[in-house]
Amino acid sequence: MKGVTQEEYYRGVRMAPYDLVKELVIALAAVGILALGVSAFVSSPDEPPVTIAAWAQSDPVDFVTTATGELAGTTKTAGYGQPYNSTADAAQKWGPISPQAWLGVRIPIDSANAFVIQPLQRGVTGNPQLDTAVKAWQAASADDQGKWTDAYTKALADAKVADDGTVTVADGDYGPLPVMMANLLAMGRSGALDGLLQISGRFYQTDYTPALLFMGDGGYLGGLADNWRLNGDQWGMMNETGQYPGQTWLWLYTMWYQVFPFTSDQGVLGLNAANADLGIIILMTLLTAALALVPLIPILRDIPRWVPIHRLIWRRYYTAKVRA
Amino acid sequence: MDATSKEVPQPAAESANWTLRVRRYIDRLLPMDHLLPDRQPYYVGSWVYVFGVVTIAALVWVVVSGVVLSFMGPQWWHVSSVGRFFNSLHFWSVQLFFIFMVLHLWGQYFMASWRDGRAATWLIGVVIFGVSILTAFTGYLSQQNFDSQFIAINAKDAMNGAGIGAFFNVLNFGQMYGLHVMLLPIGVTFLVAWHIVMVRTRGVVKPIDPEGASK
Repeated sequence: MKGVTQEEYYRGVRMAPYDLVKELVIALAAVGILALGVSAFVSSPDEPPVTIAAWAQSDPVDFVTTATGELAGTTKTAGYGQPYNSTADAAQKWGPISPQAWLGVRIPIDSANAFVIQPLQRGVTGNPQLDTAVKAWQAASADDQGKWTDAYTKALADAKVADDGTVTVADGDYGPLPVMMANLLAMGRSGALDGLLQISGRFYQTDYTPALLFMGDGGYLGGLADNWRLNGDQWGMMNETGQYPGQTWLWLYTMWYQVFPFTSDQGVLGLNAANADLGIIILMTLLTAALALVPLIPILRDIPRWVPIHRLIWRRYYTAKVRA
Repeated sequence: MDATSKEVPQPAAESANWTLRVRRYIDRLLPMDHLLPDRQPYYVGSWVYVFGVVTIAALVWVVVSGVVLSFMGPQWWHVSSVGRFFNSLHFWSVQLFFIFMVLHLWGQYFMASWRDGRAATWLIGVVIFGVSILTAFTGYLSQQNFDSQFIAINAKDAMNGAGIGAFFNVLNFGQMYGLHVMLLPIGVTFLVAWHIVMVRTRGVVKPIDPEGASK
């Protein structure tokens, strides 16, 4: 009705009294009573966050295995690619489309140094054994480091946890790793590592990227999330801890992670589990654009005309027309 | 006012006056009797029309509870029962906001409310839906509990895989919190105000004609 005033648009239409302000006030009161009532009786979810200390105390073998993996370069973060590092062919791509690679390393994380070596270096004061071990690790060749981490990782599969929480493995040639890992575990158990991973050189800190990436590399956090049905293959993004609703409005986005081709290694048209994140974001962008442009898309814009729900909504209007 | 001021001749309004032009434009665009009408077409009687106003009501409760939470800081609600209550109010207001907004969206879809020059109103509504999802997402990331930890770890792959993570780091609490309490709520509120002005400017759409006269 471009250029048509409301008066012209409604010409011939019977107008009836309507109180918008009263409606809004009643709505505010009704929604407020509902929200206040549910809040008072049901509260809201607040499962405490997991600390590095809780991880090191509850699952020390997973903690040490993860830290060893950081040194070996075998963890998810170590081989992640952009934006954390430049691991070759790690970025998701669909044909020539790879915004992850295009945008480069914007949040550089050297996981071996950031999660293991640097925290240990801060703990060497008054600990000559650790100082020697760290220096030995840094002086060793890549071959030696690889041999030690391989052997230690295999030995950790049969590791024993003592009553004091320390982890012991069968004798072997692990170089300085046992000393380094024993100290890192002790720092983890005491809570010191929670702080050390947040050191940024500035007093104030609100970025938890290093600590969250390190915890994400381990299996402990994922195991807890599994209990709460928060993992990606459990519709996790729309779930919440406890018996509370989560982001249920993400159901369509989450659904794609549960269906072909995004669950398949082979996939179709180059879309598969390996580039599921990129594929699903592109798909959701297109679907959102389609929703916004419904008024211009034939069939989609015609469905309301074909489905007689509007006859229920405007029952009064259509009844009057039939009578007329 | 003294007696002499009545005798002082006042200059006539100048047509080149910018303020006057803006005022006249606003008067033409949205007269007060369109912004706050006391009459509506007789067919505006369905419950579907209520979904829009209850969505606004829920948004008001979201903003009010959010202002209290942001004033007291992100730690408060974890250690205070009053804080926990306000967090619950925020949480459930958000849930109601989305329920009502989705009902409003479906209602407007089946009414084909974009007809007769209202496509931009529909488009802004969809943008509000998208920005609201982003606002809620940053809110879930700002909770500082287990849920926010794991959502961050999970969501970073989607963000990074699409390249968004290079400048929207879900593991950075400060960035997510700042976006959640300031930029995005302002965006939602502004867009909702714009959406309402567009609705009031054009008025509610007529029913779909059985003969299909209007598209």
